[in-house]
Amino acid sequence: MKSAEANARRNKILTQIVLIIMAFIMLVPFAWMILTALKTNQESISVNPFYIFPHNGWHWENFATVWKSYNFVILYKNTLLMIFFRVVCACLTATMAGYAFGRLKFPGKKILFTMVLIQMMVPSQIFIIPQYLMVSKMGMLNTTFGLVWPGIVTAFGTYLLKTGYEGLPMDLEEAANIDGCSVPGRFLHIMMPLTRSSMVSLGIFTAVFAFKDLMWPMIVCTNANTTTLSAGLAKMQGQYGSEYPTMMAAATLAVLPMIIIYVIFQKQFVEGIATSGGKL
Amino acid sequence: MKKHMSPREKTEAKWGLLFVAPTMIGLIVLNFYPIFNTIYQSFCKTGDFGKGNTFVGLANYQKVLASSETWMSLWNTIKYALIEVPFGIIIALLLAVLLNKKVAGKSVYRTIFFLPMVCAPAAVAMVWKWLYNTQFGLLNNIFHTKVAWISDPKIAWISIGVIGVWSIIGYNMVLFIGGLQEIPGDYYEAASIDGANGFRQFISITVPLLSPTTFFIVQTRIIGALTVFDLMFMVMDKTNVALKNVQSIVYLFYQYAFTNGNKGYGATLVMVLLVFIMIVTFILQQVEKRVVYHN
Repeated sequence: MKSAEANARRNKILTQIVLIIMAFIMLVPFAWMILTALKTNQESISVNPFYIFPHNGWHWENFATVWKSYNFVILYKNTLLMIFFRVVCACLTATMAGYAFGRLKFPGKKILFTMVLIQMMVPSQIFIIPQYLMVSKMGMLNTTFGLVWPGIVTAFGTYLLKTGYEGLPMDLEEAANIDGCSVPGRFLHIMMPLTRSSMVSLGIFTAVFAFKDLMWPMIVCTNANTTTLSAGLAKMQGQYGSEYPTMMAAATLAVLPMIIIYVIFQKQFVEGIATSGGKL
Repeated sequence: MKKHMSPREKTEAKWGLLFVAPTMIGLIVLNFYPIFNTIYQSFCKTGDFGKGNTFVGLANYQKVLASSETWMSLWNTIKYALIEVPFGIIIALLLAVLLNKKVAGKSVYRTIFFLPMVCAPAAVAMVWKWLYNTQFGLLNNIFHTKVAWISDPKIAWISIGVIGVWSIIGYNMVLFIGGLQEIPGDYYEAASIDGANGFRQFISITVPLLSPTTFFIVQTRIIGALTVFDLMFMVMDKTNVALKNVQSIVYLFYQYAFTNGNKGYGATLVMVLLVFIMIVTFILQQVEKRVVYHN
């Protein structure tokens, strides 16, 4: 009979083998994206011989070319502005509503919260046509406002922060109440700072969701100078789909900023997205 | 407001309403009005240049329900879900169980598996489209095959499903790890003392105690998969012969409502999606009562 130790060792090695193979599979698309981005057009469509690595020099200048010819500065700026305003709006409105739903008594609370839940259960495609018509009627197509519009308030964020506020101990606020602290005072100085982690989760979730969204920016920002990274990529593919190194360089430029931020703030990212309840 | 409220209750009610006002006004304008407006539009014919809706009753519904394209796209959506949901969950569960033990490089693995979650699907789909390229793609050149991964109607839906699985594994895995950590360690200790091996422990402890987490993931992923759009839109060219065997219901909605400008028909497709999702949600709730283990 094998000793338990040898068994444990064998299990450890097996585990590592499975994990390494899976990690490899997960990374192949990324590696292929970057390797293609560094090739010349000729190399990328060379089949016989087939090159995995660029064989006459790594063409880093491809990135610079793509950056200039597709105006990535503008795409980054548009995406960043959309994310910024969506995060600010979502956190601001959701923390107020979340506090009220979680801690205060007011008439109509049940019905209003049911509305929040209904919004979360309905597929979001049902909102899109009328939302588009509103933006169009306001003359706000191809603007940052148009990009932000559906994300001004958030039912999911309200729900998330309500749960956050409910989780805080009751006596904290009671003491302040006896001291004669007003509702907004209690909210601003005592309660809101305590839900920081929920707010961070909501902020990250909102940012990643906005960053990944494709349909809405394609609908409201048809102009290449007003659109976001995702929708910009779709436009580029339609026009230059067969220039593979160019496309891959563009894809790399589009995903890189979020990947870097993710690697730095990993823990918050994983938590923030994991609480999203599958809405991503 | 009621008269018998104390002054303090009155101020609380006042502030409560004030605090929820921005969100509620926003939800009414951005979500509730649109729900009714979409329903209304599904009974209308969109005039030329999007102007002047004419009420046409059930005409859109007759067209949508009589069109084989609609049923095909619903079936395509289900096929996509049949790949993404089970495989995305089984692989994620395996990885979660492995990473829940003491493993060298745990956080590195977790970072890698979760990576697709922070990438724009538009970019991900572009890269996979290039991997799948019949002539120049990595897959065919490495394996010396000539498979038309995304233009052969028989396999294109599987190829798209694989992208979905690759994209979602990390997310499911993180949720599973969360669920696994809530199972008390002494259950396993007791089972070991009784002589249960690893597999036996997995079946009799992990599976039942993890079932609420599993069910949550199944539910959210089914609903997510039924509204898939980005992958189909980015991978399938309009000229792709396999398009009609792959396009999802939301893809069809986008094409009609925004590419062809036929909002009424698009709205009707959304209503079909809504009914479909409501049926699925109802079935899932019935299943939950029977399958999920409640402590």
